[in-house]
Amino acid sequence: MIELQKVAHSYGGGELFADVTLALSPGGFFFLTGPSGAGKTTLLKLLYGELSPSAGQVRLFGTPLARMSRDDIAFARRRIGVVHQDCQFLDHLSLAENVALPLTVAGATTAEADADLDELLAWVGLDTRADALPPALSGGERQRAALARAVIMAPDVILADEPTGNLDWDMSLRLLTLLVELNRMGKTILIATHDLALIRAAKSQITARVLRIAGRRLQTAGAEL
Amino acid sequence: MTPSSRSATALPPADRVVPPSGFTARLTGFTSAAMAFLAVFALALSLASGRLADRWQAALAQSATIRISAPPSQIEAQTAAVLAILETTPGVADARALTEAEIAALLAPWLGPDLPLDALPLPRIVEIVETPDGFDANGLRMRLAAEAPGAVLDDHTRWRRPLVAAAERLRLLGLIAIALIGAATAAMITLAAQAALAANAQVIRVLRLVGARDAWIARAFVRRFTRRAFLGAALGTAAGMAAVAALPATDAAGAFLTGLGFAGLHWLWPLVLPPLAALVAWAATRAAALRELRRIT
Repeated sequence: MIELQKVAHSYGGGELFADVTLALSPGGFFFLTGPSGAGKTTLLKLLYGELSPSAGQVRLFGTPLARMSRDDIAFARRRIGVVHQDCQFLDHLSLAENVALPLTVAGATTAEADADLDELLAWVGLDTRADALPPALSGGERQRAALARAVIMAPDVILADEPTGNLDWDMSLRLLTLLVELNRMGKTILIATHDLALIRAAKSQITARVLRIAGRRLQTAGAEL
Repeated sequence: MTPSSRSATALPPADRVVPPSGFTARLTGFTSAAMAFLAVFALALSLASGRLADRWQAALAQSATIRISAPPSQIEAQTAAVLAILETTPGVADARALTEAEIAALLAPWLGPDLPLDALPLPRIVEIVETPDGFDANGLRMRLAAEAPGAVLDDHTRWRRPLVAAAERLRLLGLIAIALIGAATAAMITLAAQAALAANAQVIRVLRLVGARDAWIARAFVRRFTRRAFLGAALGTAAGMAAVAALPATDAAGAFLTGLGFAGLHWLWPLVLPPLAALVAWAATRAAALRELRRIT
């Protein structure tokens, strides 16, 4: 689905990581961990084509990123749901409008959007908050809304960057449950996090592969996880 | 499916995706209004100049005069000879000698109404009305030189050409002014659009994140600026038309300069300005947006 082959990325004159090879297989559940500043967010950006590698090759759904036009990348992103720690909402739009944004830009009809959205908001427990503006939402509500936006296009892959970073433990588990549920529906999930407790909680429910960026290399994490 | 608790459908219109940006939107509206107001006057100048050129052309093209300056003893004979020549000249529809009263009336604006005609050696003036085909001016001059040596033909060409040329030049200047106004509008809207895009870099990032194509993002901005430009230009055009309508009416004394304004169906021409401003805004914003989007990674 999404592959990195011997990828390196340089930033500000220095090499953040190098020789990274990774294949997100269909239905897989991955954790990406590592210390702050190791390059987890950068690696995620490479996986959804926001950044280009300084060396190596990124392939999105079989096509090398370097050969993709801007439009090709836009279409590929409709198959990749991304959840950011800061959620990245448009504050002048309601929660429902933000969640429906991928449908809006894809030119979906109102009837399709309304049907999908009602179901989705109920699934993440936000059906009573649909008209609220993002600044009025709690951290947990924002993350669940971000997850709803990430999945509304029924993507093949969901990438989450520190999705529980601002949440308490109960809310983190609730979000993890939703992600596990999506994985059981066949979605590929990759979560970048430094929360080892969250990784252990997930591994008690599903088989997850844990990767760690350390020493500018991507490694499979040890048995302690 | 869960019954919806939402107040309205969730799909925001594309142009609402871009947050309201007060400064750039106001700048676009104001610029369009001001430029449309000026464009109405430029258009009025251009159309009035056109009318002036046509009127002078029409008024002067179909008439000519012959001035007869001769000693008092010969003037009646030469006048009779001129009229006789004109009767047999092809292209002359009518010819008559102006009366002394008519000559006095022509001179009154310069010399006053109490003109002592008896004390002045005034020439005789013969007015010629041409047929649509006109007459052969050179041939007529040769005949006059032979039979009435004091007669001088003035076919008004030397007056008509510079006046018509001046009016045509004014019309061209009006059109150039409209083109410059359009270019200035495009430049201002381009700057406003660039400012809006730069201020909304985060919005653009989010839209790209959810799979928006650059053309879609550009369209969201373009719609907003196009609508603003149209509304601003509509207001400016209405104000400009009202101002032109309120200009003092041309009275008889100034009639030869014609009134600056619109006449008849020409009042419809300013209505082209708002759609034209919208078109300019559309093209300028689209070009700016696509350029900026290529720059913003």
